[in-house]
Amino acid sequence: MTMIVIDQLKRAWAISKKDIRIYYLRGPVIIFGVLSPAFLFLAFMIGRDLPVDFLIAGLLGMTIFFTSTSVTPVIAPTETQTRNLERLAASPVSITTILLGDILASVLFGIGISLVPILLGIALGVTIIHPFILAVAIVLASFCFSAMGLIFSSTPTGMTSTVMMMSMMVKFPMVFISGVFIPVGELPQWGRTLALISPLTYITDLCRYSFQETNYYSVPVNISALIMFMVIFMITAVKLHEKSLPKRL
Amino acid sequence: MNAIEVNNLTKQFGDFTAVDHLDFEVENGEIFGFLGPNGAGKTTTARMLTGIIKPDSGQVKIKGIDIQRNPIKAKQIIGVVPELSNAYTDLSAWNNLQFMAQLYGIPKKEAKQRAEELLMMLDLYERKDHKVKTFSKGMKQKLILAMSLMNDPEILFLDEPTSGLDVRSARLIKDMLLELNKEGKTIFLTTHDMEEANQLCNRIAVINHGNIAAIDAPEKLKMRIGGLKWIEISFNMPVDFSDLHAMQGIVEVQKSGDKLRLYTDEPGRIVYQLVDYSRLNDLEIMTLNTMTPTLEDIFIKLTEEI
Repeated sequence: MTMIVIDQLKRAWAISKKDIRIYYLRGPVIIFGVLSPAFLFLAFMIGRDLPVDFLIAGLLGMTIFFTSTSVTPVIAPTETQTRNLERLAASPVSITTILLGDILASVLFGIGISLVPILLGIALGVTIIHPFILAVAIVLASFCFSAMGLIFSSTPTGMTSTVMMMSMMVKFPMVFISGVFIPVGELPQWGRTLALISPLTYITDLCRYSFQETNYYSVPVNISALIMFMVIFMITAVKLHEKSLPKRL
Repeated sequence: MNAIEVNNLTKQFGDFTAVDHLDFEVENGEIFGFLGPNGAGKTTTARMLTGIIKPDSGQVKIKGIDIQRNPIKAKQIIGVVPELSNAYTDLSAWNNLQFMAQLYGIPKKEAKQRAEELLMMLDLYERKDHKVKTFSKGMKQKLILAMSLMNDPEILFLDEPTSGLDVRSARLIKDMLLELNKEGKTIFLTTHDMEEANQLCNRIAVINHGNIAAIDAPEKLKMRIGGLKWIEISFNMPVDFSDLHAMQGIVEVQKSGDKLRLYTDEPGRIVYQLVDYSRLNDLEIMTLNTMTPTLEDIFIKLTEEI
């Protein structure tokens, strides 16, 4: 059993390497994963006198969110359209392995791009007070959001634009209720209630803790919430993809 | 143990029954043709046999392994060439083959050696580092065949492998299939091409509306359907159909271009009568051929019957 798991993990890694080679530089990934959060952040920041560490923490949370949710929604519809999915489905890998491979590629992209706001922060004089917590938070959040992207990509379509449009409809409102621009504590009651159901809230809170030590929830609550969302998203994604796969062939 | 065993296989899409309680076996080392018109259930069946989609009921065993219960183990010993080209066009031929090797858990050294052999065999070695998007349809199809052979499968499933290919590429793939079969591989071939099935297959199953109409060797299938032999004849001038109809043993007369087709169960006897008829009427026989039914005739007859 252990050998089978190790074997499937190796095959998932092969799928990740393929995804990295093919999808990282795709237009939708760059537009929705890199440019969108950058412009959204600039629109928020310009003309407002906010502390740099507050801004960098928010930017980091949003960057991980956008980058990690931008790779996985591109893969499934593209491979549906190019008929590569049938090739994968015929090979000795489970759906979970395929999805894990896609997630790993997305996680590495999320972690890689998240270094940009961190380095920018350091260049602007921001100190990382809790680097270990920040590292754990980035990795967990990348997994969590990559799995979330898989839920969007379970739509049985070969049109990447359809999946991206749907994902943006969910992602944009989430940014405004998750303490990215306004700390959760300053949101009205209904906002704070909505913030609870957004995984972005917890990574942003952990970023604030790592840079400013000003967190709304405790660190264990944030980490547990991210793990919980990750598991829920992953299980849901596997179920949805199992259902939608025959429709995409 | 058979290479493939199919029991009571059924698949429905809503109210439509795509595959209806199929039962058949494919013996080890045979080339098994799976023929049927569009929408007959060929691809759905092939996808269930290869574990790509799950049946609603029934069982598929690959070398005794239940593909539903143990999909990884069963898929490990098969190779699949799906209907449409589906190599990764943004990767090179070499990287596509190495990716397949990794999916099948083939050690690096072995994968390198196998990829080189296959690319040489399929005349693609010179283009191994080129992206697949620069390949012609024939080259892509050859690469897909190479990808399906990376794991040295015991059973090879091919869905329309020569569809849309030029004569030379199609011939190369057919020759390679015969060669692979000679080496002991079992081949499950889904095709529309009757001539291809006739040339390659030891046995053929004809499927229509999700049911199997017949399974047998091509020649046996042809013999099974009576009344389909005919004589094709042309004279130097037009003749009266009713004279030919009046001959004993002729079932039907049809015009086919400048020739006449005379359907009969006794072609030998009819030839004598035709020679006599031409002498009596001062006619010259321009062409005379006795014809047996083709696989296409059998296919049309079988798919009309269900």
